[in-house]
Amino acid sequence: MDALLLSRIQFGANISFHILFPTITIALGWVLLFFKLRFNATGDQKWMEAYRLWVKVFALSFAMGVVSGITMSFQFGTNWPGFMETVGNIAGPLLAYEVLTAFFLEAVFLGIMLFGFSKVPGWLHTLATFLVAFGTTMSAFWIIVLNSWMHTPAGFEMREGVAHATDWMAIVFNPSMPYRLVHMLLASGLTVAFLIAGLSAFAWLIGHRTAGTRATLRTGLVMGAVLIPIQILAGDMHGLNTLEHQPQKVAAMEGNWETGGNVPLLLFALPDEEARQNRFEIGIPNGASLILKHHADGVVPGLNDFVAEDGTVLHPPVAPVFWSFRIMVGTGMAMLALSWAGVMLMTFRKITVNGTRRRAGIDGLPMPLLYALVPMAFSGWVATLAGWYTTEIGRQPWLVQGVLSTEQAVAAVPAPFVGLSLAAYLAIYAVLLVAYVSALFYLVRKAAKGEGVTPAAPLAAHAPLPAE
Amino acid sequence: MTLFGDPATWLPLTFAALMGLSILIYVVLDGFDLGVGVLFPFAEDTEKDRMIASIGPFWDANETWLVLAIGILLVAFPTAHGTILTALYLPVAVMLIGLILRGVAFEFRVKAPVQQKGRWNMAFLVGSLMTSLSQGFMLGLYIMGLDVTLFTLGFAAITAVFLTVAYSFIGATWLILKTDGSLQQKAVVWARGGIWGLVLGMGAVSVASPLVSERIWGKWFSIPEIFLLAPLPLMSALLISLLAYALRHLPTRNDSWAWFPFVATIVLFVLGFFGMAYSFYPYVVPEQLTIYEAASAPESLFIILIGVCFVLPMILGYTALAYTIFRGKATTLSYD
Ligand code: HDD
Ligand code: HEM
Ligand code: HEM
Repeated sequence: MDALLLSRIQFGANISFHILFPTITIALGWVLLFFKLRFNATGDQKWMEAYRLWVKVFALSFAMGVVSGITMSFQFGTNWPGFMETVGNIAGPLLAYEVLTAFFLEAVFLGIMLFGFSKVPGWLHTLATFLVAFGTTMSAFWIIVLNSWMHTPAGFEMREGVAHATDWMAIVFNPSMPYRLVHMLLASGLTVAFLIAGLSAFAWLIGHRTAGTRATLRTGLVMGAVLIPIQILAGDMHGLNTLEHQPQKVAAMEGNWETGGNVPLLLFALPDEEARQNRFEIGIPNGASLILKHHADGVVPGLNDFVAEDGTVLHPPVAPVFWSFRIMVGTGMAMLALSWAGVMLMTFRKITVNGTRRRAGIDGLPMPLLYALVPMAFSGWVATLAGWYTTEIGRQPWLVQGVLSTEQAVAAVPAPFVGLSLAAYLAIYAVLLVAYVSALFYLVRKAAKGEGVTPAAPLAAHAPLPAE
Repeated sequence: MTLFGDPATWLPLTFAALMGLSILIYVVLDGFDLGVGVLFPFAEDTEKDRMIASIGPFWDANETWLVLAIGILLVAFPTAHGTILTALYLPVAVMLIGLILRGVAFEFRVKAPVQQKGRWNMAFLVGSLMTSLSQGFMLGLYIMGLDVTLFTLGFAAITAVFLTVAYSFIGATWLILKTDGSLQQKAVVWARGGIWGLVLGMGAVSVASPLVSERIWGKWFSIPEIFLLAPLPLMSALLISLLAYALRHLPTRNDSWAWFPFVATIVLFVLGFFGMAYSFYPYVVPEQLTIYEAASAPESLFIILIGVCFVLPMILGYTALAYTIFRGKATTLSYD
């Protein structure tokens, strides 16, 4: 394998590993703030119980996000020097603002948020929690600005092969930024909603049926049920935006070869790039035309329009884009079904307690639903990764759409070096992923056994220190 | 933009200074917490928790200075960034893996089942070692102008060891400041051992840089520079003797002067840093590329500078706040 391919795999592996954790921390920061504020307002211990467990999950995820993020920031130099050399005048300030306005904020106040509970006044602790949540969201904002700019570049001019900024407002508010940011923030919210619901369902199933578990299970389900319809709507609008700016990507997502009307919405197909057609198609007639153009004979772009005279293919690889798009949407549909079923049952089922009929709430959830929620804990990860693959592979062969191709940006590092580092990263990621997921379940089990939920008695200054 | 003269001159200089500042802050701050990691095998299991507690609230923010430094290199000197990082490809990868290992070990050692704690302690040590050694290795190669020969590799291997010793020295002085009792006494002993490594390391770098580069030789050993620069080595020598003296008498009964070794070491790091910065200016890739040749477009640098002027004081402010909140001897690290 050559250095280009290896570098691409390495970049894909690193960012895929990285994004798992920001997706959690971005929204979980706000959820923790919510728990904290509920506790401040009601004084109800169940919110503190929820805060105590989930702050641990947050700390763990945050550490994973930080260390994998540091790897990301070196990647540009080690593997893609052409990227900075060509578009550094634009990417540079955006990355710099991310470090300055977001990373320091979250990193410094994280220390206070985690370990300052008894050292600072309550309001300062709440403020620190707010600033951490705000910081992670800011960092998502800046990196999404850069990433959107790579898809829909604007506000610059090329001089001697180097991009120079001409209009910073146009760069920051580039055409796809609002859609991508909203879609990503909602993705983060959904990931956390299902993580909380899934792990709380697990706690419930192993018999930890406390007020805290009820509160978090409810929070997760309601949050998911509220966010998923918005996400579907946002995703649809995002797709329309992409149709305008990157039609070849939409053609690949739909698996549509010939431009024309009455294009079906394919549920299943095996795109064959050699033969330039699909095999085993199953689709809903006129579906794609309806979704993208809002009438049955709407004209949808086809992949064959993106082949140059000399046969050079200018559209992305079809099968990965086609399939990852379906995985994302499919996961979204599963989220819709489960969270709405859950909320409906909680609201409309009634039970009788001590002779009075009341809403069943969590007790109205049937066993199969609870069992289904547990594996759904990580459904957000699946959908998010699938979504990013759609977006990023759909941009190929470009790195910056129409400006810089991926091939032009790669470093002249010997392939064995890249292979070596890649192998090391993959090994360590595999180990860490297993350790992370098992630690989550372990934390829930430990909370269920009653450890770590009771406020720790003040330890003597020299006693052995459990550093949590 | 012409307010201070030609921006093509002062902007690269400003950004080189900013990059230098964040590298310096990084080396001091992450230096002490990496050092604490390197000292791990010399401590008892119960002391390990205490050592972690002394750096727990800080390590993440400390590492962010590395992200800032590399970020400035990336944004202000893009061509140099590519040259340096591709030349240092493998040591960078080792460092990154080291940083991953130690960063997650902080969390896992207390959140994974207790039986696994030993394993994560090991990961913390190995990660800290990989990070320090690879940083020292990169420093050595950088001093040697990023050439790869048997000789430069040998030199880099030596700087790798010395930087690791320097980090564990500042780590030990941090522990003297932040702990008491038997751990503090141990830290004093560790520091006594480490100081010789520090002297040798600073010596090796000071001797080697002028020897490999005629230009650096000229910058130091000509008149009047030699007289103007003389305070630098003299002050370092003075500080080292004071340190050696202090370490023989610490810890004092009422714990006075426990701050001294740490502060003195910071000053020592700062002096060493200025010496290096003076040697290498105006090059960002030694002998190949100056900061002026490598700089980005002034418009882009200007946009960043505006942000820096507003945000850097705030960052320094809330970093100071964090160190104030967690001042005093390290006790329990608890979420409650
Ligand atoms: C949509 C969100 C998102 C995306 C696409 C990325 N990141 Fe990220 N990153 C975050 C959201 C985030 C975060 C939520 O802000 C993290 C996770 C945990 C944390 O500490 O901050 C973070 C951490 C983080 C850190 C450590 C910060 C610290 O020291 O505190 C670095 C250096 C990066 N990232 C760099 C990158 C780069 C170079 C990326 C792309 C190529 C990237 N991230 C993609
Ligand atoms: C966070 C979620 C992201 C994921 C999962 C992701 C995934 C991917 C994948 C799979 C590729 C490989 C495409 C291919 O080569 O076929 C890629 C390419 C790339 N992406 Fe992203 N990406 C993400 C975000 C970003 C962001 C935020 C940036 C920059 C600001 C970025 C910059 C790049 C670059 C430089 C490449 C080219 C290298 C390559 O082709 O592998 N990506 N990404
Ligand atoms: C179910 C309906 C959904 C639709 C119609 C939809 C639509 C889209 C589209 C069209 C893209 C590609 C954007 C591009 O062209 O660059 C995309 C990307 C993405 N999707 Fe979805 N999506 C849906 C559900 C979800 C869900 C449930 C999640 C995660 C929980 C998710 C996460 C993402 C992410 C992270 C990206 C990449 C970042 C971006 O470009 O915004 N999506 N989505």
